[in-house]
Amino acid sequence: MARMGRLAGGGSKVARAARTLVVRRRERWPHAAGTDPRPGRWQVVTVAGRPEEVLPRGRWPEPLRRLYGAVELYARPAPGGRGTELAARLLGNAPGLRGMVAHLVGDDPGRFIRQALREAKQLAETGEVLRADCSRWDRPGVPG
Amino acid sequence: MRALCWEGANAVAVREVPDPELRNAHDIIVRVRRSATCGADLPLLAGRIPYLAAGDVLGHEFLGDVVEVGPEVRRHRVADRVVVCAGIACGACWFCRQGLFACCDNGTTGASAAESAWGQPTGGCYGHPGPLGGFAGSHAEYVRVPYADVGAFAVPEEVSDDRAVFASDAAPTGWLGAELGEVRPGDVVAVWGAGAVGQLTAGAALLRGADRVVVVDDHDDRLRMVEQHVGAEPLNYRFVDVLAELRERSGGRGPDVCVEAVGMAAEPPGLLAGRLGGGAERSLALREAVHACRKAGTVVVLGTWTGVVDTFPLGAVMQKGLTVRSARQHGQRWIPMLLDRMARDELRTEHLATHRLPLERAADGYALFRERADGCVRAVFSP
Ligand SMILES: NC(=O)c1ccc[n+]([C@@H]2O[C@H](COP(=O)([O-])OP(=O)(O)OC[C@H]3O[C@@H](n4cnc5c(N)ncnc54)[C@H](O)[C@@H]3O)[C@@H](O)[C@H]2O)c1
Ligand SMILES: [Zn+2]
Ligand SMILES: [Zn+2]
Repeated sequence: MARMGRLAGGGSKVARAARTLVVRRRERWPHAAGTDPRPGRWQVVTVAGRPEEVLPRGRWPEPLRRLYGAVELYARPAPGGRGTELAARLLGNAPGLRGMVAHLVGDDPGRFIRQALREAKQLAETGEVLRADCSRWDRPGVPG
Repeated sequence: MRALCWEGANAVAVREVPDPELRNAHDIIVRVRRSATCGADLPLLAGRIPYLAAGDVLGHEFLGDVVEVGPEVRRHRVADRVVVCAGIACGACWFCRQGLFACCDNGTTGASAAESAWGQPTGGCYGHPGPLGGFAGSHAEYVRVPYADVGAFAVPEEVSDDRAVFASDAAPTGWLGAELGEVRPGDVVAVWGAGAVGQLTAGAALLRGADRVVVVDDHDDRLRMVEQHVGAEPLNYRFVDVLAELRERSGGRGPDVCVEAVGMAAEPPGLLAGRLGGGAERSLALREAVHACRKAGTVVVLGTWTGVVDTFPLGAVMQKGLTVRSARQHGQRWIPMLLDRMARDELRTEHLATHRLPLERAADGYALFRERADGCVRAVFSP
């Protein structure tokens, strides 16, 4: 059965990180421990293609790469040949988000991460992120 | 360029707006030759669809000439005459690969609003706000077409503009209706709504070999078209007991396939009603379709609905073992085949273009279309 591990932020860390946590196909995403304050909910998208196609050499895809250190990211094959499930959530032990990352994530991390996952999916599937005609829909703050 | 802009509830006007530009590598820009009104525009026009803003350009059924091509486009060149599927889909996600283009994961720019309304985002559509697309409409001189290799199709020379423009939406929707109903030779099919969608559903059912196709409406001019141009049987619900008549015309069994091609009303049913997830709609046509349908038959919902519908006869669905199916059209799957049939004269659609107007008169066109005045079935604009 295919297995995928936690992904590293850069090529050099792949081998080590891939061994740190292995998610089996039918297992649930790793759970937060009892008192762990991190928001337990994973945001997940399914991307067409096998994990090695979606994440060549195990590298974090854009735009998630910008969140390295602030979120944890997992990938595993989706059942039924549907592709690769890509899951992310805020790292619980990150001592508060700082600087650029805090600015990027804003006050609704779940929604922000979901949008980042969606863009990563679009990049993997179509090679680009679809842009609206009306700049209104490109503007942050408008439901999108 | 000039374009028809929404200005507020039931107010539209042709205005000067910025020209579209290539924004993604798979885009083309099309100079519009024909752009048609659609029943789906009526709730938009009335201001019933959230996020539509003053200045947004309407229209989604169109055909034109390619004038600009993005660097990743492979199938189109400048000067090609193309008809563009009203729905926007990437062609690469799991749904597109199954041929379910209207369910595309990557077809809108307002995915999270769609997710809150329906659970998952769907494919996009021109001339609709973010949750349903976020792309300017086609009642304009130029339109930007994303994913052009997936959604734009070269039109065979022998097919006229006035025929081919219906390959954008109404014809694939009709095909969808017959396909979801799995219409087969010997079937009796009933269709509610004699607009372009209902007529082309009836036509598709006949092409698939249906024995008898009945179309229900109360507009005599539209029902005459059903008889003359489609070869189906008209039924005017204003003068006839629809359920009794359909039972009689189907040997007491009820039609094998019943298709609702009416959709939500242009005007809200009450003060609270209308918006995504807001107050409930009612559909008399859908209730009749469920009642009329033979046991273990199929009811197909083609009409556009965005919110909650009340007084739906679930009891009849359950007791009679009905199958209820619905979708937005997956035109990318059928447009080449439909253009072929148009080229062979098997599928004729130009009679639907009852009013051909210059774009500058698009507001008049919508007034005619909305009131169904002067026998208007579709107003078709040329910039
Ligand atoms: N599923 C899709 O992908 C898709 C694509 C295009 C259009 N649509 C939808 O299909 C529907 C029809 O489109 P159209 O352009 O033909 O619209 P239209 O407004 O031109 O026609 C609707 C017809 O329904 C008739 N009608 C109203 N109430 C009725 C009733 N109770 N019984 C029988 N007939 C009744 C009207 O008289 C009218 O002739 C709309 O809701 C439209 O949004 C769906
Ligand atoms: Zn339409
Ligand atoms: Zn897609």
